Amino acid sequence: MAVKKEKHPMPEQDPKERIKNFNEVPYGYSKETAIEEAKRCIQCKNRPCTKACPVEVDIPDFIKELAAGNIDKAVEVLKSKTALPAVCGRVCPYENQCEGKCTLLKLGEPVGIGRLERFLADYERKKGVKKPKKAKPTGKKVAVVGAGPAGLTCAGDLAKMGHGIVVYEALHAPGGVLMYGIPEFRLPKEIVHAEVDFIKSLGVEIRYDMVVGKTITVQELLDEYDSVFIGTGAGLPNWLNIPGESLDGVYSANEFLTRVNMMKAYDFPHHCTPCTVGNVAATFGAGNVAMDCARTALRMGAKKSYIIYRRTEKEMPARNEEIHHAKEEGIIFKLLTSPVEFIGDDKGKIKAVKCIEMKLGEPDDSGRRRPIPIPDSKFSIEIDTALVAIGQSPNPLVPQSMKELVTEKWGNLKVDENSQTTVPGVFAGGDIATGAATVILAMGAGKRSARSINKFIMSKKSK
Amino acid sequence: MYPIMEKKKLSENVKLMKIEAPQVAKKAKAGQFIILRIDEKGERIPLTITDFDRDKGTVTIIFMEVGKTTKQLGTLAIGDKLLNFVGPLGLPSDIENYGTVVCIGGGVGTAPLYPIIRELKKVGNHVISILGARNKSLLMLEEEIKEYSDEFFITTDDGSKGHKGFVSDVLQKLIDDGKDIKIVWAIGPVIMMKVVANLTKKYDLKTIVSLNPIMVDGTGMCGGCRVTVDGKIKFACVHGPEFDGHKVDFDNLMLRNRRFMKEEEHACKIAGVKI
Ligand SMILES: Cc1cc2nc3c(=O)[nH]c(=O)nc-3n(C[C@H](O)[C@H](O)[C@H](O)COP(=O)(O)OP(=O)(O)OC[C@H]3O[C@@H](n4cnc5c(N)ncnc54)[C@H](O)[C@@H]3O)c2cc1C
Ligand SMILES: Cc1cc2nc3c(=O)[nH]c(=O)nc-3n(C[C@H](O)[C@H](O)[C@H](O)COP(=O)(O)OP(=O)(O)OC[C@H]3O[C@@H](n4cnc5c(N)ncnc54)[C@H](O)[C@@H]3O)c2cc1C
Ligand code: SF4
Ligand code: SF4
Ligand code: FES
Repeated sequence: MAVKKEKHPMPEQDPKERIKNFNEVPYGYSKETAIEEAKRCIQCKNRPCTKACPVEVDIPDFIKELAAGNIDKAVEVLKSKTALPAVCGRVCPYENQCEGKCTLLKLGEPVGIGRLERFLADYERKKGVKKPKKAKPTGKKVAVVGAGPAGLTCAGDLAKMGHGIVVYEALHAPGGVLMYGIPEFRLPKEIVHAEVDFIKSLGVEIRYDMVVGKTITVQELLDEYDSVFIGTGAGLPNWLNIPGESLDGVYSANEFLTRVNMMKAYDFPHHCTPCTVGNVAATFGAGNVAMDCARTALRMGAKKSYIIYRRTEKEMPARNEEIHHAKEEGIIFKLLTSPVEFIGDDKGKIKAVKCIEMKLGEPDDSGRRRPIPIPDSKFSIEIDTALVAIGQSPNPLVPQSMKELVTEKWGNLKVDENSQTTVPGVFAGGDIATGAATVILAMGAGKRSARSINKFIMSKKSK
Repeated sequence: MYPIMEKKKLSENVKLMKIEAPQVAKKAKAGQFIILRIDEKGERIPLTITDFDRDKGTVTIIFMEVGKTTKQLGTLAIGDKLLNFVGPLGLPSDIENYGTVVCIGGGVGTAPLYPIIRELKKVGNHVISILGARNKSLLMLEEEIKEYSDEFFITTDDGSKGHKGFVSDVLQKLIDDGKDIKIVWAIGPVIMMKVVANLTKKYDLKTIVSLNPIMVDGTGMCGGCRVTVDGKIKFACVHGPEFDGHKVDFDNLMLRNRRFMKEEEHACKIAGVKI
């Protein structure tokens, strides 16, 4: 039987409708479609897809079970490698990872691995998640700093090994970027809560309002626990450093998305945190964060929402699906364009952005062609809101609070091959160690760290 | 959850509360602040730590009812609980024995100044305090601050108590009298801090101000609290809230603090609170 060239399409909300709500855009596969899609997999012996997954999900194996209709077994295989499949199945940049190496690409489209993971995770969640077997309590205690994907994964794995885990989180909600950054229409918060509940059901305690470095120090944690894991992420927003950046109406992506997602400004004034976009919003940058900003701006009532980016579509770092959805929703892409100044009115409120046109020159260190300004090409766009989404750096709070924790060039914590920092017993992973990366890499780091921590604490006396 | 242990009305729209939050009390230092959220739908708002009791595990806050959240907070009673109370945030004040220091508090800015005055006195400074308010009924913490001050002045705009005029008049006189002032702390409305900083700049007299931009997380994540200091972007929640007054762009701070004025008025109207 010939293999179908394209992925089975996933039904989605109509773009014209969805820009008026925060509901999730794709609806997910039905069981029948999922099984049909699973049948497209040709079960390659050399497993190129698995090799391209940062956590080495046994892709052909879970797909085989799914194709045979053994859904519970498929879930089990999948979950043995990824702690948050419902999340990865939605936000993983699979086109550069598993799906990017799928043999079927030679024929047409790859197997929809992400979509299948999403289906399995959703199926299991609706049915009620089975609690996994837990090892006997070891009497060891580990403190995890930060309840993002790295911290939660590490906490979950360590709890399964029988250790006592307490997570210290600065904010009032768990999930890190999954909660405050990635919008509801891409990752419903109900899913994040379900994943967190699962981890709590393993006996993990989460303490909120705990800014480590302020409320409690790493040294104090080290005195009380057998080991500490730091997963504080890359929360520090980068700026364009152009005139006018502190005008009213200029937000960092983090502030804008936190106001809307975590503080629920879309429900203002019933939720008390305000956030307004006016008629025209412009987002600077072209990664996932930028797409989230531009699409959120539409849903917050903007009539026009621009993406302003200094390179071309080819260099845009966002996932293909995000770019595709953004285009469908009518986001206006101003490419090869760079902002030079924000212009305000007499009340200090932004009214326009002055831009310059760019062309691509020689490749830079990252291998991407460097954008260079075209002389005399300046022009202005009238805007009511500017959203700066040009990247985040590692959060300096924890490193600054303990000078023995050595950082590297970009402010990321230095770790060895076992994820141990320069302080014995203190491990780190996720964006704080790598700089802003992806959910799956953060989870992978959390998993690896859990293994190292287990080895470390089992070889020393309990506290 | 963080229960309210004590509540006092200090003046027409200023209230004091003691909140049980042992982990904050344990670490608190003069100059730092907390962020609280009343309930599930609440906004996160920053308030300075006015006092703390490490043994009882309580933190004192003093707030002026200016908008939705502070007004709602004012309606809560002893025994009610706050959903979130996180801190201590920001960097503590640089307390050391400078010699003679002048501490200027304007309006509700007197609250954050109080623990600074107390600590400065404890390490041996000659403390000169100047409290200013629009009128007598808006003054607060007079007795508490007097206790830790070697010299004590009051100014009111309308002359209902103390010197009629501004805090800066008294400061000017102290300078003219040849007091050997080593450093000035000025905390209050932005315009007051600006006036004081402009005055002391002429005499190259080091001046610390405490900035109050609108905040969200308080951990350096959102950048909403950014202020321009010495031409550079700084985050008040992690690099501040205290800065060198001679380097702060006050005009920009005033603009940024008006960011959500329209929305807040709207929210207050809907919630039935008047601004
Ligand atoms: C808007 C947005 C969209 C994104 N989209 C995608 C996507 O589609 N696909 C993808 O793979 N990746 C995406 N990413 C990147 C991805 O979310 C991150 O790489 C990932 O969340 C990193 O996980 P982490 O656990 O290291 O850190 P975070 O998720 O940042 O979590 C860190 C946690 O630590 C807490 N914390 C920080 N400091 C302290 C402290 N001092 N004490 C206690 N707690 C502290 C924080 O509050 C937070 O909860 C996106 C990022 C953003 C911002
Ligand atoms: C580090 C820090 C310490 C502070 N300490 C104190 C304190 O000890 N006592 C106290 O009474 N207040 C303090 N403030 C100010 C306090 O946070 C605000 O008054 C409060 O957030 C207003 O919330 P609201 O919902 O009641 O008012 P809103 O409805 O949000 O606003 C009402 C009005 O106040 C303005 N406003 C909003 N936020 C601020 C702000 N941060 N600063 C100035 N104006 C603002 C709005 O533009 C509006 O005009 C502090 C602020 C910071 C950043
Ligand atoms: S976790 Fe991500 S990379 Fe790995 S198989 Fe799943 S979608 Fe692919
Ligand atoms: S590469 Fe593609 S076709 Fe081959 S096993 Fe992996 S998913 Fe299946
Ligand atoms: S309040 Fe968000 S960075 Fe300071």
